[in-house]
Amino acid sequence: MSKYYLNYLDELESEAIYILREVWAQFENPVILFSGGKDSILVTHLAKKAFFPAKIPFALLHVDTGHNFPETIYFRDDLVKELGVNLIVGSVQESINNGRVAEERGKNATRNALQITTLLDTIEEHRIDCAIGGGRRDEEKARAKERFFSHRNDFGEWDPKNQRPELWNLLNGKHFEGEHFRAFPISNWTEMDVWNYIKRENIKIPSLYVAHEREVVWRSNSWIPNSEYLKLEAGEKIYTKKIRFRTLGDITITGGIESEADTLEKIVQEVSAMRKTERGDRSDDKRSETAMEDRKKQGYF
Amino acid sequence: MHIDNNQLLRFTTAGSVDDGKSTLIGRLLYDSKSIFEDQLESVSATSAKKGHKGVDLALFTDGLRDEREQGITIDVAYRYFTTPKRKFIIADTPGHIQYTRNMVTGASTANAAVILIDARHGVIEQTKRHSFIASLLNIPHLIVCINKMDLVDYSEERFNEIIGQFEEFSSKLLMKDVRFIPISALDGDNVVNRSENMFWYQGGTLLNILETLHISSDINKIDARFPVQTVLRPQSEEHRDYRGYAGRVASGIYRVGDEVAVLPSGFTSKIRSINSGETEVEEAYAPMSIAMSLEDDIDVSRGDMIVRVNNQPEPTQEFDVMLCWLNNDAAKPRAKYTVMHTSSEQRAMIKEVVYKVDINSYERLSEDKDLYMNDIARVKIRCTRPLMLDSYRENRNTGSIILIDENTNETVAAGMVV
Repeated sequence: MSKYYLNYLDELESEAIYILREVWAQFENPVILFSGGKDSILVTHLAKKAFFPAKIPFALLHVDTGHNFPETIYFRDDLVKELGVNLIVGSVQESINNGRVAEERGKNATRNALQITTLLDTIEEHRIDCAIGGGRRDEEKARAKERFFSHRNDFGEWDPKNQRPELWNLLNGKHFEGEHFRAFPISNWTEMDVWNYIKRENIKIPSLYVAHEREVVWRSNSWIPNSEYLKLEAGEKIYTKKIRFRTLGDITITGGIESEADTLEKIVQEVSAMRKTERGDRSDDKRSETAMEDRKKQGYF
Repeated sequence: MHIDNNQLLRFTTAGSVDDGKSTLIGRLLYDSKSIFEDQLESVSATSAKKGHKGVDLALFTDGLRDEREQGITIDVAYRYFTTPKRKFIIADTPGHIQYTRNMVTGASTANAAVILIDARHGVIEQTKRHSFIASLLNIPHLIVCINKMDLVDYSEERFNEIIGQFEEFSSKLLMKDVRFIPISALDGDNVVNRSENMFWYQGGTLLNILETLHISSDINKIDARFPVQTVLRPQSEEHRDYRGYAGRVASGIYRVGDEVAVLPSGFTSKIRSINSGETEVEEAYAPMSIAMSLEDDIDVSRGDMIVRVNNQPEPTQEFDVMLCWLNNDAAKPRAKYTVMHTSSEQRAMIKEVVYKVDINSYERLSEDKDLYMNDIARVKIRCTRPLMLDSYRENRNTGSIILIDENTNETVAAGMVV
């Protein structure tokens, strides 16, 4: 006799597919926010399952900071071609050129916060009413409060204290002209769940997640990759180390870890023994206790 | 890890910092080794700054800025941990009466509720309120933790006395499975590790009980209900004639070849195929997300429900629900709302408030008809078109509704079909 209950990965998958289909049913012009990171790759993979044998009915939206790992861009373009979906690119460089935003100054300047304006401009320009993200509640304390369907007012702002209650599986995506939603189908997944699932489904991911010899410098307690944007400071030195990345963001701020994990199998093992959170190596979250909450309120991912 | 058979258990904890709720969650996470080094470092630093001895476990559940400043939980916060046996999702909700709506939200998807009682105070008004909500939301399992046993000398007598108090008031509630555990969240007694101070307690620790609760029967597997979310019509040559009805099985089991009826139209057909993602399967059960195709070309769209021919829900236009009001704006008598039920939406109005419930004393207040935030009442609702309803007791997925205010688009009420 077969069993009539799901294991937890199947249940998480089923929940995510349910949410993706609700997005499609309730919104006019939804997109997947695609960063090239494992979480947005996972969401795209789940969307493929949700609508099979039809094509994914969402375009991918990439907010391009201009400070990418080159591999992310190749990966993105290959995936778009394979799935036959549209790609929308919002360019932070263009926002800078148009005077919408100005580069941060100072030693730890990044383009992280500038993405908010580019994202919101792109959403407005393409009349997007729902942006599907790979955010997870286990990542960060402000994200722990996110709904599956999360309302944004017509300035793109999040009001965490006045969110719509979400009960059972009933998702309310009703909105007025100019407002939009963010949808988070993998809210309930943890980093471990994501890796277990990627391994189980054998999902293709950028090799940045896998340990390779890479050029890096030691900065703010993590290994920052060498790139054309990196300016060496006094006392800093470039090393070659076997490094992999737990998250992929801007190349200028994403720290890697020393690792021997060069297969999915080994990554899963490594992650299960990991004693630090994955965002612990992201300097964007280290700026203050409420760095994520503050950015999210303004419209960040 | 053997993830193939590991299930997911969702549980809710209601309470305030005073009951030791945050400490309990911190303890569960800490002793099950679900806390990361950088989280521990940051909490240790904050504990030291505040002048606490050791690590203040309650700080692990800190949330938004306002919550940290006021030392309370305002909203539902979700936490995750995994043991070799199960994955757990905690819906951590505030326990004060003004946050009843958050408790209801957290309880709506829970398999189990953990209720905390301070061993010094015994059963108080708040205990009754939390138990009422657990019972109203039909949470299948209730675990009552008698906390702070260290402050009552680990007394078995006191523990039994509190069980007695609980049994007394809870006989009025519908509850299937209730367990009692004497714990000390602060010291970790009977949370993850067995207590060395309470040899008289022979039952499992909290984690042990959470790991072994029988939950695969929590979802109704008898009445087959399949609300259609959307229709898949691929444009490709290969699948030109395919029409897949996509949705998540709300309850029951479906097999290829089953005779089904599409509601509300009533047309009947047979299941031709079932897809789970890219794989064709022979059967599907709740809560699987699938796509189903039928033998006959009949009109099916979002909001329809595919059921077995010989087991159908009652199409109902007027029905009674237990309603929890969630919004700052009070209910407007005879005003129009949108009702969402599974994947279907109708316009509706509250025809009558039958009675309100005092959730501390369980008394029915039939004179008071105004619904404000956090109120719970039995009301009569009338819809423009019939909904395919089951009673909430029988079926959580097809017995639940929400009301949406058409002027603000906000979710203003949650209802359980009586």
